[in-house]
Amino acid sequence: MDKTVNQKAWFLVLPVFLVVAFSAVLPLMTVVNYSMQDTFGNNQFFWNGVGWFKELLDPSTDLGGRFLASLGRNLFFSLVILAIEVPLGIVVALSMPRQGWTVAACLVTLALPLLIPWNVVGTIWQIFGRPDIGLLGYVLNHIGLDYNYVSNDIDAWVTVIVMDVWHWTSLVALLCYAGLKSIPEAYYQAAQIDGASRWAVFKAIQLPKMNRVLLIAVLLRFMDSFMIYTEPFVVTGGGPGNSTTFVSIELVKIALGQFDLGKAAALSLVYNLIILIVCWIFYTVMTNAGSERKPQEGAA
Amino acid sequence: MARIDLVDLAHSYGGNDAPQETFALKPVTMTWRQGGAYALLGPSGCGKTTLLNVISGIITPSRGKILFDGADITPLSTQKRNIAQVFQFPVIYDTMTVGQNLAFPLKNRGVPKAEIDKRVADIGRLLDLEPYLNRKATRLTADAKQKISLGRGLVRSDVAAVLFDEPLTVIDPELKWQLRSKLKALHRELDLTMIYVTHDQTEALTFADTVVVMHDGRVVQSGTPAELFDKPAHTFVGYFIGSPGMNILPAEVKGREARVEGHVIALNRSYDNLPAGARIEIGVRPEFVDAIAPGPGLLTAKIDRIDDLGRIRFARVRIGEAKIAARAPAGFTGSDGNAGLKLDPAHIHVYADSLLVEGTA
Repeated sequence: MDKTVNQKAWFLVLPVFLVVAFSAVLPLMTVVNYSMQDTFGNNQFFWNGVGWFKELLDPSTDLGGRFLASLGRNLFFSLVILAIEVPLGIVVALSMPRQGWTVAACLVTLALPLLIPWNVVGTIWQIFGRPDIGLLGYVLNHIGLDYNYVSNDIDAWVTVIVMDVWHWTSLVALLCYAGLKSIPEAYYQAAQIDGASRWAVFKAIQLPKMNRVLLIAVLLRFMDSFMIYTEPFVVTGGGPGNSTTFVSIELVKIALGQFDLGKAAALSLVYNLIILIVCWIFYTVMTNAGSERKPQEGAA
Repeated sequence: MARIDLVDLAHSYGGNDAPQETFALKPVTMTWRQGGAYALLGPSGCGKTTLLNVISGIITPSRGKILFDGADITPLSTQKRNIAQVFQFPVIYDTMTVGQNLAFPLKNRGVPKAEIDKRVADIGRLLDLEPYLNRKATRLTADAKQKISLGRGLVRSDVAAVLFDEPLTVIDPELKWQLRSKLKALHRELDLTMIYVTHDQTEALTFADTVVVMHDGRVVQSGTPAELFDKPAHTFVGYFIGSPGMNILPAEVKGREARVEGHVIALNRSYDNLPAGARIEIGVRPEFVDAIAPGPGLLTAKIDRIDDLGRIRFARVRIGEAKIAARAPAGFTGSDGNAGLKLDPAHIHVYADSLLVEGTA
C-alpha cells in the first residue's frame, strides 16, 4: 500500500498540542520550577535543587513531619470510609426494589447527596453538628453525649467520616445496583433450584457479578477521599489542632498561608505522584481481572 | 422420585380473573409416572416453559394443584420441592471450580461430605467432566458450562424429577446428538423422572418415551412418538410432528365418504355422528399418499413442484385450493403437470373443529 506523505498534516494536531501545553504542561513545569527554588518574596528566587524533596521525606524536619503526618491521616481516613461505604453501599443496593415506581424514587433519593456541591455539604454538616443551633449537635448533647467537633479530636473525626459516608455511599450503592441489575433472572432461579440460602446466593452469584463495579467504586472512592479538601476544611478547618488536617489542607496552608512556594510545589508533586501510582496499580489490577475472564478451550 | 399429578392446573400472568382464553396455561389434568422420560413439545409461546416453571415452583399457579406421590406441594417453595431444573442458558457459579459447582446443590442441603464427593465424582464421570473438576468453571466453553448445569441437575439422587428447559439451545448441532444420547443413557442409569421441554420435534422424539404436545396453552396430545405419528389427536399435532406435516384438507364427510373440492375419497370407517356446524377436515400424512400417473379411480392433482430430499421425494400438488404433499417414486415427474393421488384409507383421519373423531367400523 502506498502511503501519502504530507507533512502539513502536523498542522491539524497543532491545536491539541497548544491546548495541552497551556492547560497541563506549562503549569506543571512552573510547579516543577518552584519546587527546585526558594523565595523570600520580592520575586527573588534561589536555587535549592532537590532540597525540598529531601526535607519532605525526612520526618525529623518540620516540613517532612507535617507532610507524613497528614499523609498518614489521609490514608487512615480513606481506609475508614472505604470500610464503611463499600459494605454499606452493597447492603443498600441489595435492599433496593428491582421493579415498579419505587425504583425511580429510590434512585432519585440516592442521587440527591451526589448532586450537592462540596462546600455546601461541608456547610450543612458544620451547622448540623453545632451544639448550640445544630440539630445533631444539640440533640446529642441533650441526651447526655458530650459532642463538640470544634474541641474534641474524635468528635471531629467522626463528623468528617459520617459526612463523607452520607455524601458518597450513594455512589457505591448506585454502582452496585447497576451490577446487580445485570444478573440474568436464570441465575436466581437456578440458585433456588439448587436450594441456596440468601447468603449463598450473595456469595456465589451477586458478589462475583458485582466484582467489576466494586473495583471501580473502590478506585473512585479512594481517589476522591485521598484528595479530599473542601468538606473537612469547611467543617473543621483541619482542627482541632492538626487532627483533621489532610494532605491537601496542609498543602494549602503551606502554599497560601506561609507562601512557601518551593515547599508547597515539592509537596504537590509528591502528592500527585502518589495518586498517579495508586491509579496505575488499580488500573493494572482491573485490566488483569478482566483478561482472566477470557474463555479457554476446555471440556467439550 | 415420585409420581407427579397435575390436577386442574392453570396459570395466567394476568391473574385468575382474566378470561380463560388469555391464560398462558389452560387447565390441564395429567399424570407423569415415576421414572418416565417425557418431552414437552410445542412452538415458542405455547406455555411449555410456564408449565415447567409451575412444576418447579418458580411460578405459583393461578389455580389447581400439583401432587408429588399424592401429597399436595403447590404451596411449597422451590427449595422445598425437591426438584432439579436445567435452564436454556448455562448458569455457572463463577468463583467456584467445576467440582464445587456440581457439589453446590448437595452442600446447600447439608449432605455429608463423603457422599458429596462420591456423587460429584460419579456425575463428573458420567458427563466426561472428570479432568476439569478442579478447574475454575468460568474458563470453560459454553458446551462445558451447560454440561455443568446438567450435572447440577443430576447430582441429587433423591429428586422427584429433573426438568430441562431447552437445555441444548447453546450447544453445537454435532454435540447435541452426543449430549442427547448421554441424557437418554443417564435416564436409564439413574431411574429419574425427566421432563424435557423443546420446540424441536427430533429432540423430543429421540429423547422421550412419552411426548406431550402443547399448543396455545393447552395440552393437545400425549403419547408415544408412534401414536403421535399414526393418530394425531389434533390437527396441530399432525401438522407439527412429521416433516412435511400432515395434509389437512377441508372436507364434507358423510358415512364412509369424504368430499374434497368435489372429489370423493373413500374412508375406512363410518362417520355418522359428526357434530353439527363443526368445521370438518380430513388429515392424511404425506407418507400415506402416493403420487403416481393419473388414472381412473385416482384423484387428479396439479403438480406445483417436487422436493427431492435424497432419501425420499415429495410432490407438492394441489386439488383446487387444497395443497397436498405426497410421496413420489423415483423418476416420477407427472404427466402434463398432473398426478394421480392414491390415498391409503386406513390412515385417513377425520377432524371436527381440529379434534380427532373416532369412526365406527
